[in-house]
Amino acid sequence: MYRIASRKVLNPSMIQLEVEAPLVARKAKPGQFIILRVNEEGERIPLTVAGTDPAAGTVKIIFQVVGATTELLKYKMEGDFLQDFVGPLGLPTHTEGIRSVCVVGGGAGCAIAMPVAEEFHRLGAEVTSIIGFRNKDLLILEDEFRSFSDELVVMTDDGSYGRHGNVTVPLKEMLEAGKHFDMIITIGPLIMMKFVVAAAKPFGVPVTVSMNPIMIDGTGMCGGCRITLVRDGQRVTKFACVDGPDFNGYEIDFDEAMSRGRMYAEYERHAYEEACNLMQKNIAG
Amino acid sequence: MAVNPVKHEMPAQKPEVRARNFREVALGYPMEIALEEARRCLNCKNRPCVSGCPVNINIPDFISRIKEEDFEGAYRIITQSSSLPAVCGRVCPQETQCESQCTLHVRAKMDPVGIGRLERFVADWHNANSQEKPTPPASNGHRVAVVGAGPSGLTCAGDLAKKGYQVTIYEALHTAGGVLIYGIPEFRLPKAIVAKEVETLKELGVQVETNVIIGKTLTVDELFEMGFEAVFIGSGAGLPNFMNIPGEALKGVYSANEFLTRSNLMKAYEENPHTPIMKGGRVVVVGGGNVAMDAARTALRLGAEKVYIVYRRSMEELPARREEVEHAEEEGIDFRLLCNPTEILGYQNPEDPRDPKNGFVTGIRCIRMELGEPDASGRRRPVEVPGSEFTLEADTVIIAIGTSPNPLIKNTTEGLEVNRRGGIIINEEGLTSRENVYAGGDAVTGAATVISAMGAGKVAAKAIHEAIGG
Repeated sequence: MYRIASRKVLNPSMIQLEVEAPLVARKAKPGQFIILRVNEEGERIPLTVAGTDPAAGTVKIIFQVVGATTELLKYKMEGDFLQDFVGPLGLPTHTEGIRSVCVVGGGAGCAIAMPVAEEFHRLGAEVTSIIGFRNKDLLILEDEFRSFSDELVVMTDDGSYGRHGNVTVPLKEMLEAGKHFDMIITIGPLIMMKFVVAAAKPFGVPVTVSMNPIMIDGTGMCGGCRITLVRDGQRVTKFACVDGPDFNGYEIDFDEAMSRGRMYAEYERHAYEEACNLMQKNIAG
Repeated sequence: MAVNPVKHEMPAQKPEVRARNFREVALGYPMEIALEEARRCLNCKNRPCVSGCPVNINIPDFISRIKEEDFEGAYRIITQSSSLPAVCGRVCPQETQCESQCTLHVRAKMDPVGIGRLERFVADWHNANSQEKPTPPASNGHRVAVVGAGPSGLTCAGDLAKKGYQVTIYEALHTAGGVLIYGIPEFRLPKAIVAKEVETLKELGVQVETNVIIGKTLTVDELFEMGFEAVFIGSGAGLPNFMNIPGEALKGVYSANEFLTRSNLMKAYEENPHTPIMKGGRVVVVGGGNVAMDAARTALRLGAEKVYIVYRRSMEELPARREEVEHAEEEGIDFRLLCNPTEILGYQNPEDPRDPKNGFVTGIRCIRMELGEPDASGRRRPVEVPGSEFTLEADTVIIAIGTSPNPLIKNTTEGLEVNRRGGIIINEEGLTSRENVYAGGDAVTGAATVISAMGAGKVAAKAIHEAIGG
């Protein structure tokens, strides 16, 4: 069992937990993820490591309430325990030789993008961050991004905070103005990452995308997290859990990944509604 | 007294009933039948059955104890050689191992003694009736780490613990058992039995640490720094193979590993599971091994209307155990032999890109095959029959064509040599290219059987004892 050392509500649907898992805290690097189960019957869900405190033995995770499992996780408070917590999984984000980087995060993906920006900042690279949210209420981690970035642009879809529009707008402006990046790293909804790749393509800037497919074991056993890359005209199957989660954005078959991500959409909707109903009954009862 | 030439049948659930539930198919011998079956054993001098067993269980002796109705005595004899008797009695391919060597069979052309069924009887009798707990032996002060709580790791740990070693098993998943838990379905191997065998090892003093991935959470080198004197790697089979045909990324296409893990480990077969699985409709399983049989029979029990097995060779070459194939046929699985998939077909509504059915499987294109000349494996090579393509309608396709070894440990252990296919290279004692690092099971051989993995765990335990225990 893994104790929750602290809990913080970041916005109406996003929560940050620090979980006591000393072995994971010692090893985890930006870009890697963990898998947890809330309770004995629970499903295994992957969540990206948002930071570690090796001395305290804690691992920070940030999650958005999107389905039945995260709905259950929402009710776990400081001092409560999680059934299982295993990691670090996947390969760390590649940082070697990168002197200037543009980190593009969208929505919940900013929770993953933040430690990446922090790592590049720590390594002395020039960090430009572009973070986007649907509206002001959903904004998270602005202070953190500001402290790790040489330049920060905040975007909202409805213009309620920062600049109005999506993250590709300032990215294109910067590239058109001749700004150089050794690498663009983008983390967020698949559709956003697809457009970031399209925006960067005319400028030939390498783009790394962080994939978050459905997975079960996370150790290279089930094959559920497979991703298709198109490399030199050939379709190549890779596994996000052991080969990723970071991939070359120009090689990803995004349409396929988006389709696969919706495999259990219908099931999830029912399960989520049931979890919500159950919680309401418990509260009412 | 004349020997009954026929092996006693084991009572089983009727096919039409069991095809719709997850309870165990074969029900085990009642005591009277076990006694009669035991009496068929000639207790012959040269004991060929023992050498047919990968862990060399003293078979005639345990059967003699059954004859004397000393079932606990029989259990003690089996456990001298096997740490998982209730498991082996169920999933070993006895027909190609101990029973294939039985004198009744070889000399007298009768059915062999039902050794596997008797082993299962003894183990089940012990689990149901015995209060005896194993006493942990005095510690010899030596510490050994075992990577993976599957058949090879559990066996290696058990053998070492019985000699007084302090053994810690590190398991990546949240439950110990490896393939016995995530792979082999409840109806063939109830999970309570696996849990009981793991419990017995814990009573012997073995520690089991779940949620630790060697190669990630800790490395092999760190295990030595922590004071372990030897490490046994039994990390199991790895990434599932796919066919590299169009359509394998469609929704509704699973690897057998994923399908079985969802059902077995994550209990998606229960009512209102937390972990989803596609069920019902028409299911096509590609492959002919035991894993393919398990996937097909699981799909049936999850409520499929129709389940096909598509295999590119003929029944003769089909690698699954005969008993599993017979069970599958009785339950109504439709075998499409000498067929090979060429493409998986999916739904796409040209009018509506948001149609929720878009991207789901609708069928599988196959081509008929005929057998040509034998290939390197000695099996006749299947050759496509031109113009023989046809389509099977399907909602789910499960690919069960094997796995490749997991790269996590190889990638983080300097000096650990692997072969061309990624399997860890060992010598005849289970020793790898690294000092005091041993390996066995699927991590070495690629997908094989539970008992051969157990045999490998046993060989390594002996070698570790000779290397550090002397």
